Amino acid sequence: MDLSYGSEYDAFREEVKSFIRSHKHKQPKPGDGIKSQAMRDWQSLLIEHGYHSRTIASEYGGYGAEPDIIKSRIIAEEFGAERVHRGFDGQGVTMLTPVLLEMGTEEQKRAFVEPTIKAEMIWCQGYSEPGAGSDLASLTTKAELDGDEWVINGQKIWTSTAHHADWIFCLVRTEPDAPKHLGISFLLFRMDTPGIEIRPLVDMTGDANFNEVFFTDVRVPKHQIVGQRGQGWQVANAILGHERGSLATPDAAMNRLHGVKRLMREESINGEPIMSNPVFRDRLMKLEGRVLAMQYNDMRLLSAKINKNQDVRLAGMIVKLTGTELRHEIECLGIDVMGEIGLSYGDNPHLRGHGSWQYQYMFYLGLIIGGGTSQIQKNIISERGLGMPKEPKIPSEKSAEKSAKEA
Amino acid sequence: MEFGLSQDQLMLGDSVRKFLASEVPLDTVRQLAAGESDDSSVWQGLADMGLAGLIIPEAHGGAELGMLDAVAIAEALGYAACPGPFLSTAIMSAYLLNAAGATDPLTRMASGEYRVGIAFSDVIGSRKGQVTEADSKLTGQSLFALDATADAYLIGLSDGRVFMIEASELTRSSLSTIDVTQSVCELSFDQSPACHVSSSSELVWQTIHRGRAIQAADTLGAAQYMLDQAVAYSLDRKQFNRVIGSFQAVKHMCAEMASQLEPCRAFAWYAGHAFDESTDEAALTACHAKAHMAEVGQFIAKTSTEVHGGMGFTDLVGLHYWFKRIGFNRQLLGSPEAVRHEAAELEGLC
Ligand SMILES: Cc1cc2nc3c(=O)[nH]c(=O)nc-3n(C[C@H](O)[C@H](O)[C@H](O)COP(=O)(O)OP(=O)(O)OC[C@H]3O[C@@H](n4cnc5c(N)ncnc54)[C@H](O)[C@@H]3O)c2cc1C
Repeated sequence: MDLSYGSEYDAFREEVKSFIRSHKHKQPKPGDGIKSQAMRDWQSLLIEHGYHSRTIASEYGGYGAEPDIIKSRIIAEEFGAERVHRGFDGQGVTMLTPVLLEMGTEEQKRAFVEPTIKAEMIWCQGYSEPGAGSDLASLTTKAELDGDEWVINGQKIWTSTAHHADWIFCLVRTEPDAPKHLGISFLLFRMDTPGIEIRPLVDMTGDANFNEVFFTDVRVPKHQIVGQRGQGWQVANAILGHERGSLATPDAAMNRLHGVKRLMREESINGEPIMSNPVFRDRLMKLEGRVLAMQYNDMRLLSAKINKNQDVRLAGMIVKLTGTELRHEIECLGIDVMGEIGLSYGDNPHLRGHGSWQYQYMFYLGLIIGGGTSQIQKNIISERGLGMPKEPKIPSEKSAEKSAKEA
Repeated sequence: MEFGLSQDQLMLGDSVRKFLASEVPLDTVRQLAAGESDDSSVWQGLADMGLAGLIIPEAHGGAELGMLDAVAIAEALGYAACPGPFLSTAIMSAYLLNAAGATDPLTRMASGEYRVGIAFSDVIGSRKGQVTEADSKLTGQSLFALDATADAYLIGLSDGRVFMIEASELTRSSLSTIDVTQSVCELSFDQSPACHVSSSSELVWQTIHRGRAIQAADTLGAAQYMLDQAVAYSLDRKQFNRVIGSFQAVKHMCAEMASQLEPCRAFAWYAGHAFDESTDEAALTACHAKAHMAEVGQFIAKTSTEVHGGMGFTDLVGLHYWFKRIGFNRQLLGSPEAVRHEAAELEGLC
């Protein structure tokens, strides 16, 4: 075990610190949307200095540095410590870009990566359908080839940020006769293509964070496919791996925990600071222990990327489940220590932290469900991580009919 | 021995449930959330059924029923996420005013035309300054007073004295919380004339404990609704060619909710009964019922939402109104930690 980053990294850390000192005032403010000029300028500034899209080749708009996980870690640490905006990390950046770089054609990389990482092209993820959530592979939105174009018909649901998005990466069924995992393709198309209708869905926070998206004879050029026909499931799974890791980072959890500590110092009841209440303090310390475990787990995952001699599959598989549940509980403590003030919402003048405690408490319940529910995570951990058998499959009506006929 | 609700109590609960099912559908809650209506017509409807005067003596136009009856009703109200000042006007204010010997407002309260809100934050635990009194004039602020549209308020001071003040004598601003079905507000007083009601700290606490028993029953009803919805949804929703209710993971979530919830029903009944029989442990039981129900309610609110998948997170099924009501009941009139601490004090453990 050697936890020092090495003295060669001290200079790098200084560089990051000095960047933050001199540019911090340019970061986007809480109200700046994902399409604001402030966001785009900040994003370009970060890329230019290598603090975003660091290892993406410069020919695709990135900074073009050699992968150095320790440098990436130092950037995360310093930005986290100063609570500086890390740049735009929409679904196009975190999920699509890695996949394009791995599986896209040269043309696709050139066309999409640069505007995506610069926040000039906003993406949404069109996977889930009303009948296909946990059982994503049963999706039925279909695309048929007509000359040089795909013609798409069907419906997506829970599509986050579809109302802001310029483009969508979308799973569609192109091979209706193939087994369900082998009949899916991965298409990219513009959200202003004729035939697309977006209807916002209000969620429990009161915001419309996601949408229903309807496709009626939407025509998309044939070449806007990633991977081969019928390979969409493999492409999608490559992205889901990226998504799950990014939903609940331990560093963000630690930031929120520090937020709870601030609340407990500032809030008082009958003149006594909440921090002097041993019951709340114990809950705080218990959560801190859990966050620390996740932070060290994260460092172990990081080090395994450099030295591939450790098997960390299980350590990676538990991150989404444990991280989202933990975050939900941290937000809950934030509410509990405030008592009735913790109920404040909307325009209530007693809000602490812009109402973020109740909001995040609900939002993290959403993330416990989104990106693969906790129950699905547990299936994955037990089946793929611990080698336990799968539950027996029930054949679809269609395949049951087929085998009856064959018999 | 017979541990359970009487035939009359069962019928009362049923008739309230029937009324709520037809008169207070989810749309009513949605209109309230959108600010398109307030809770006055719902409250008048409940008052016409006798709920506003439930525990008020017959001499003042009430039904003179007890806390166990009130528990049965509170469960039905929670089940429907029903708006209106049942907790504040019909239980807490009605009990306190009657016990303090006041007569005048009771008749109007029983008919539903007069609402008396509750501002007891200073008694339970003040988070901001305190209300002071001199020459029957109040000065200061009271946060999270129950009922943002009451005609008058009972103000509890930190020494246990209670004053009543007309809404016209104070400045009031409604406070947004996560729960749109139960309204709260902030009251500001500046030499505001008030009427002395009681100097008995014992009476204030008796009132708070009654409120807590009612809150426990309300959360019980809301949690029962969420469990029922989860089971129904799991039998309807199909994934992987089967209803999700056939997955052991989903069945176990539902069974866990039921195992935690079912004992709470008997607990809530006993909490009501203990007041009717004036048993020594009434206050302690109310504290435990309120705190325990808050924890069980929180677990069920989360788990039922999870059983609904993405649908549970949306406004489409409206489940979140119950989720938020349970969250509201958790904090008001004492958070679970605070109430358990009081329970330990009542037991003489500290
Ligand atoms: C905040 C949020 C953001 C989202 N963003 C997007 C997005 O941008 N794009 C997109 O495509 N989708 C998005 N989703 C959709 C998300 O991926 C799905 O909601 C999720 O996969 C669950 O699917 P479902 O909602 O259909 O629930 P269901 O699959 O119907 O699940 C209902 C219940 O059944 C359980 N269950 C299902 N199958 C099994 C099983 N085999 N074993 C045990 N239990 C099971 C589940 O765990 C759950 O408790 C988002 C969802 C949320 C909540």
